Formats: sequence, C-alpha cells, structure tokens
Amino acid sequence: MRVDFDKVFPLRRARVHEVFGPGAMSFAAISFATMAGHGAGQGAGLWIRESWLSDGLTPQGLLPFFDPAQLLLARPKDQIDALSVAEEALRDGVLPFVVIEITRALNLREGRRLQLAAKAGGATGLCLIPEGMGSNAAETRWQAAPLFDPEGNPARQDSTLMRWEIKKNKSGTLGAWNVRWDPKARRVHVVSPVAERPGAAGAPAGPAG
Amino acid sequence: MLRVRPLARPDESPFALTLRAKNTERIYCLNAAAERQGLRRGMSFADARAFCPDLLSQPARPDLDARFLATLRRWATRYCPWVGYEGEDGLVLDVTGSTHLWGGEAEMLADMQARARRAGLTLRLGLGETRGAAWAFAHFGDGQAGLTALPVAALRLEDRMVTALERLGLRTIGDLSAAARAPLARRFGPELLLRLDQAMGDIPEPTMPESEPPRFAVRMSLPEPIGLAEDVMGITARLLAPLCDKLKAQEMGARRLTLTLRRVDQGSPEVELRLAAPMRDPHRILPLFTRGVGEVDAGFGIDQIRLEATQVEPLPVQQIGSRHIGAAAQAPDRLNDLITRIGTRIGLEQIQRFLPADSHIPERAFTMAAAAFSTPDSAWALPGPRPLRQFPPEPIASHGAGHGAGHGAGHGAGQGAEPPARFRWRRMTLSTGRAVGPERIAPEWWLPDENWRSGLRDYWRIETREGRRLWLYYTPQNPGWFVQGEFA
Repeated sequence: MRVDFDKVFPLRRARVHEVFGPGAMSFAAISFATMAGHGAGQGAGLWIRESWLSDGLTPQGLLPFFDPAQLLLARPKDQIDALSVAEEALRDGVLPFVVIEITRALNLREGRRLQLAAKAGGATGLCLIPEGMGSNAAETRWQAAPLFDPEGNPARQDSTLMRWEIKKNKSGTLGAWNVRWDPKARRVHVVSPVAERPGAAGAPAGPAG
Repeated sequence: MLRVRPLARPDESPFALTLRAKNTERIYCLNAAAERQGLRRGMSFADARAFCPDLLSQPARPDLDARFLATLRRWATRYCPWVGYEGEDGLVLDVTGSTHLWGGEAEMLADMQARARRAGLTLRLGLGETRGAAWAFAHFGDGQAGLTALPVAALRLEDRMVTALERLGLRTIGDLSAAARAPLARRFGPELLLRLDQAMGDIPEPTMPESEPPRFAVRMSLPEPIGLAEDVMGITARLLAPLCDKLKAQEMGARRLTLTLRRVDQGSPEVELRLAAPMRDPHRILPLFTRGVGEVDAGFGIDQIRLEATQVEPLPVQQIGSRHIGAAAQAPDRLNDLITRIGTRIGLEQIQRFLPADSHIPERAFTMAAAAFSTPDSAWALPGPRPLRQFPPEPIASHGAGHGAGHGAGHGAGQGAEPPARFRWRRMTLSTGRAVGPERIAPEWWLPDENWRSGLRDYWRIETREGRRLWLYYTPQNPGWFVQGEFA
C-alpha cells in the first residue's frame, strides 16, 4: 500500500496542513515555492510568526526556493492574534498560501475554524507545530527531517536531502519519501521511496538525541 | 485690520514671554503692566529682570501662536470672506460690501470687540479706506485722529527711516504728504513713497485671503440616541459618501480615519482605522470599520457621529484601461484590504516584508519594513551559503572537551580553526559529516555591534551525520565556536 508522492505533495489546496520536526521550516519553504510560486506580484503568501520569537527566517536562505519579495510576514504578539490573523487571511484567499507557526497545541475548535476559513477562501494553510501538538482537524500531518547525504557533492554546497513522512492523511494513505529540492527546476525530486518495514536502512528518523 | 495682544488684562502683574534668538533670551511679547515698567519688545531678558525684578516670564511658543492666529482667521471669516494674515500677529479683512450686514462699520467693530472680549482677547482694530490706512489706525490710531495726524511710523517703515524722517522734521503723515516728492525719493528710495501712496490710496494694495485648507471631516447629529452596531454602520456609510466625494475632489486618499462616537453621557469613544494604502472608495472602507465599531461600548446611546480623515495622502485619479479590468486589477486592492483588516488587529507595522540591505553582515543584510509603507524589492545578493533560519549565536561544546558539561559549556570548545569532528548543540551530540568553508566575514567597524565584539568570523556550513545542516562560525581573535543558523 504505497501512495504516490505526486498525489500528496503539492499540498491539497483550500485545506490546512501540519508539519513538525527539525525540517519543518524547509518543508514550509518548499511548499510555499510550489504553491505560491505562480503569483509574480507582491505578496503571494503570508508567514505568521509571533513577535517574541528571537530566531527567524532569513530572506537569503529563502532565495533557492522563491523570491522573498513574494512573502509578507505578520508578527502578532501571541497565539490568539496569530490564529485570528491566519483565519482572516485564509478566509480572504487573496494570498494563496499561509504559514502559521504554532507555539501551543490547538484545540479542535481552533483547528476546525482554520479549516473552514481555508475552504471558504480557497487558500492553503500550513501549521508548523511542535511535535505532538497537532490538531485533529488537519488535512495532513507531515514529519520532516534533514538527512545526511553521503554521496553529496561538497562543491555544490546545497544538498537538501530530507526525509518527509506523512503521518496523518484524511483522504489517502500514509508514506515516507527521501526528497531533495532542485533549486534550478524549482521542484522536489523524490530520491527514493523509503522502505516501509521498520528499521529500514538509510532512514534515521531525525537527529539522534 | 485686527491686532491681537494676548495677556493684556490691566490688573495683572508684569508678565513677558521670552524667546531665545541668537543665543540671547529676549522679550518676545509682554503685557501692559510690564510695558508700564519700561520694558519693551526685543529687550534682552536679563535687562528686563534688572528693570523689573518681579517680572514673571514664560518661554514663547511662536508655533502655537501661529496656530492660534489661524483659528482666529477662521473665526474672522464670519465678518467677510476676504481674510488674510498681516505679519505674525495680525489679520487683515477686506470688509468692502459686508459692513451693512452688521448695521455699519462702527457696529461691526463693536461686535468684534465684544466677541473677542468675551473670549478673553484684546483686539486693536483699525478701519481705513486702504490697507495701509487700516494698519496705521490699528497700530497708532487713538480713535479721533485722522490719518494725516498719525506719526510716520504708521506707514510700515523701517525704524532707521522713521528716525531719519523725524530728524528732518517730518513727524506726521500729513507733513510727509505735503513735502516735495522728488527729494524724498532721492533721499529714501522708492519704498517710502510706495508706502505713503498705499496708505493714501493712490496705489492699490490687494488683500490676499488665505485659502481654506480642505477639511476632511463630516459629522451627523442624531435626533434620538442609537445603540445598535448596524445603525452605527449605517450612519458611517452615510458619512463616508460625502467624505469620499471630498477626497476625490481634492485627489486625496485617506490613510487614517477616525470615527468619533459621542455618547449621550458625554463620553466619546473613537474608532481609528489605519489603511494599508490611501483609499477613497466608500464600499471598500466601510467593511473595514466593522471590527472597530463592534468593540465600542455604546452606553446609553450615541447621538453624534463624526468621521474625519486624520491623515491623507495624494491619490491621483487613474484611468482604468480595459485590459486592467478584472481579477488582476483587483488583487492589489484586495491585498491592501486584507493588510488593513489584519492591521486593525495586530497593528499595521506588524505586517512586514523583507527588503535587501547593503551589508555583508548576515544579520544586517536585510531589513524588515512595514508592508503598508514600502514596496517590494528583489535585488538580493547571495555572497555565500546562507541559512534558512538564523538565530542568536549559541556556543557549542565539542564532544571531547565539554563532555558531561552539556549544553552551552562554551568557550574553548572547538579545537582550533578547523571545525570540530563532534560537538554538542541543544543537547544533541552531532558529528561533522562534511564541512564547507570558511567564509570570512569582518565586522563593520563603522557600526559598533555588541554581538561582533569578538572580531572576525569564519563561517562554515556543516553537514552533520545526524542530518542537521548547521551554520557554524569560528572567531579566530577570540577562539570559540558558535551555531548561528540552520540550512534547509
């Protein structure tokens, strides 16, 4: 029972998805590039991040994925504001992609509201969640982790090998893939589908703690 | 002609306003009591204190004076439509054709005096056939003397010229007009005769009325108090239409709107709306008020609503080409509306975008600008590999040296300038699989930065065998290894 990557990856539109793990931000950036890359003008997507968080995105780091000029950032002061901004933006739908960084677990009502707003506005939402804080209302939940690329080319300096695993899928089955971002073609390459049996070789789950 | 003298109540102690000019406190304005003590305008404040030790003083605020004069100018338009400024403390009214509305010239002046006195102002009024004559009466007239009996200083001349004329024995305007013109013109230049002719009416001098600045405010008083949000929105819609017409006539767009709801109990809650782009379309502005109006406590009801565009920007009329009609033209407007709606919740400055900045310091290579007040720019330079996520530098502990000390066991952790083979970061033990670098970045000496005290930095891209791709740097001048970012 293996599901094709193309069936799940350009994330289903007009839904809210979730991603966690150390590669969550890369996942969000790649999703952004695949979802919002068409709008050439200003503001093809919104990234909502609470203002007290000290670390942050760097526009130069986004360059391999998409033009940072397409990105708008909202800096609400707490999660309540963040959710209200997300709902407003999803319901409006003028920005096709909305990323929300979640800092505490969403309850079902909040997750459902976001989902309804996304359906009403036709925008796609992606919540970056801390592990284990997902909402049941999410369309899919992904785990993303960077992988060491043993045959990577040191001169290229841009290996982006990652392991993406779909942990929850409301309209399909689960699966895991090793993927790599191709900055020239601006698309995701599936390197190899990860074997499904447990303890598969070459697929360490995230960083060794 | 109307001249305002503030603070001229007779029963007061000496009082003066001082203004610092050319490094000296000088008397800017003073009341009658101070004048009786022998003080005058322009005198240095130290001298004035010597003359009159109990002189009270306050710093002058010429900007507030000017604003007050503007208010007074607006008030004076009740007497005639032609009201202009005369110097810094006067107004000039061209009352030709409007005195009969008040029953005559004397009645009009009396009405002005009475209203000003009620407001606590002392006016010096002068009414003449010409602008120059009116000035003379306002400054030097005593009510009885005619124009020819006034001193030559009443002709708006320089002090030097007045002194010279008095030395010649020409003390009054009458003396001057009787004197031969040619020698006067040779001696004093054309200005003296110009002023004389203007006062006598031989040369016309127009009054320049100030144009009324457009005021973008409308209000509506209600016969009965209202309390429902829909009613308030309905009134707001009716106020918006004339306001937007006004904005359109001036080719302006509102950037900030204030809706003042006056309640019957005298409270007046305000709803402020800051727009992401200048706008004058009532159908788009109205829904943006919904959130703010919903939060207002109506109390016992609202009986007056006032809508003012407190900040406006030029918004020229644009021709809509046929190919722009449709969804493409709508997108920026819709985006601006969305930014405005979000801005009412979290503040308009909190919606930002990245702009490139000219610096090789990674933290300063971009700036965050409010999206509503900037335009996107895609001129990005990529000097080397840059991480997707950047955080304040975190010291790492190399696995060998800092073992057991755990996270943050800091300095001297890495061994030398080569990246450590194994290190601990955020309670994770990581081993270097591949290291690319170094990229040396020097601090910008012209911008002192606390974080760059440690000097040069050699940046490395470290791919760990555990997966994480980190951006480490080594500070050769102050040996230590730090993690500053994480790659995709």
